[in-house]
Amino acid sequence: MTDFDLTHAILLIVIVFAVIMGAVAYLTFAERKVSAWVQDRIGPNRVGPWGLLQVIADGLKFFFKEDIIPKHVDRVFYFLAPGVGVATALLAFSIVPFGPSIPPPAPVPVTADMPIDQAVQQHQANVEAYRSERTFAIAPGLDIGILFAFAIGSLVVYGVILGGWSSNSKYSLLGSLRSSAQIISYEIPLGMSVLGVFLFVGSVNLEKILDYQVHHGWFVLFQPLAFLLFLVSVFAECNRLPFDLPEAEQELVGGFHTEYGSMKLGLMLMVDYIHMITTSFFMAILFFGGWHFPGLSDIGGTLGVVIKFIVLALKVLMFIAIYMLVRWTIPRFKFDQLMALAWQVMIPLAMVNLLCVMLAKELGLSPWLLTATSVVTFVAAAVIATRERSTVIQRPVATLQPA
Amino acid sequence: MKEGGVVKTVRWVDEPKVGLFERMYLPAIAQGLATTVRHIFKPQVRTEGYPEEEPKLPANYRGVHRLNRDEKGRVRCVACYMCATACPAHCIDIVAAPAPREWPDREKYPETFVIDELRCIYCGMCEEACPVDAIELTTLYDLTGLSREQMLFDKEKLLSVFDYTVQAGTDPVRTRAGDYGPAAELLS
Repeated sequence: MTDFDLTHAILLIVIVFAVIMGAVAYLTFAERKVSAWVQDRIGPNRVGPWGLLQVIADGLKFFFKEDIIPKHVDRVFYFLAPGVGVATALLAFSIVPFGPSIPPPAPVPVTADMPIDQAVQQHQANVEAYRSERTFAIAPGLDIGILFAFAIGSLVVYGVILGGWSSNSKYSLLGSLRSSAQIISYEIPLGMSVLGVFLFVGSVNLEKILDYQVHHGWFVLFQPLAFLLFLVSVFAECNRLPFDLPEAEQELVGGFHTEYGSMKLGLMLMVDYIHMITTSFFMAILFFGGWHFPGLSDIGGTLGVVIKFIVLALKVLMFIAIYMLVRWTIPRFKFDQLMALAWQVMIPLAMVNLLCVMLAKELGLSPWLLTATSVVTFVAAAVIATRERSTVIQRPVATLQPA
Repeated sequence: MKEGGVVKTVRWVDEPKVGLFERMYLPAIAQGLATTVRHIFKPQVRTEGYPEEEPKLPANYRGVHRLNRDEKGRVRCVACYMCATACPAHCIDIVAAPAPREWPDREKYPETFVIDELRCIYCGMCEEACPVDAIELTTLYDLTGLSREQMLFDKEKLLSVFDYTVQAGTDPVRTRAGDYGPAAELLS
């Protein structure tokens, strides 16, 4: 890991934190507006122009509500759970390059015509050049990159399960159990789907993955199946419909946050929105080339930086829009369907996809071949699923003798 | 249903066949998303922004009552108690008095005429019962008050509703062509 300027980092943290909190607030507003539009309603439009100040009203409401703590809860963990949830959700954002970025320099290999002294000098020069450019991420050049995000992302389940268990309520506990089972199940296809990307880049560093796509084309073109699996998995990770089982109101009242109120509930709900932002960034960076857009990324100077910010923001907004539209399109899965989808469909598909990527990489085949294999794998899975269901169901013949 | 001496009690329905196209899910999801997006850009219903935007009510809407005036500006009511009798909610209270000498066309007139707007169920039966078309329901719907007493509309108030609706041009529709009700025509 390359070292970085502390004041610069702290400044970035403050700015990024403020922007994320603002974005989360406006995401709740956008969610309400989009829901309303989809359902042919108008949505919140009373507070401020077009209801834009609604978020302030909502936030104030959360803060000023009576903070009820049920007597039967385990107080330590009850208070800890929302904090753990939000902290881990925010931590995952620390490695995301949210603006223009350049990859950290690779180590200089020591060869016959590059003796060790020269190699060290060369490397130091590379590092100097790297430091002179600005990368917009809180922790730029982190070599474990996205693995850090996955590790931290898995910790979110602690917030959920602590909240559910410490609430000492059946609804909360069942909700948190479902949620943890879901998150752990979907971690696997989530991780496996991006393994193909890592294989191609040869790094898990996000800036390097991004840089690879700038030069070789976006990964969504070469690995559409991996993108699809990633997309579905992050829906489950964010507890968004159609995978919002932990909060299925009809069965579990409020899920793992049944016993929470006021701002603690607000924090619990914020976790999902922070996740939405982070995962949208990941999808944009891993599969859609981050700030890269053909023809727009060659512009230099301040204008170029602004354009890169805008391109990335638009990609992220696109994914957030998909999150919100899918919510009103697909009904909720049953729990067995949810598990079957993860273990019987997505993990085998991810494995086949990974195998194809390994073969292509080993044999040095064109990456475009993987586009074909992705489509073939997908259709083949559909064919297998269709054949399985075509068995004739034996029906009991209910008859009644005439009197 | 009888087949070979056996009554079939259950009619089995085949599940719709799920083919390859449906099994791929993505086309179906795309269709669903298209429907969702269509609703955003082409809402199927239009919401009225009520306080800013007044609703367009049908002319036969049954809202607040009014007491009609005749051409000379007098109250048209002849205090016959038909409306009070017809009222299922007993919300009309009339005190009749002999008509003034200057009013040769009637024997009685209402000294007081009070409608309890809170008790009224807005069925419109008073309007139907009235032989001289003196009481009518208007299209005024946003009826508010701070106390129960405020919601007792007396004769002056009901006449002012008439003046207001005439001025606003929101006269209720007449179900009959004539000026007066059927009883009035019998008299002439």
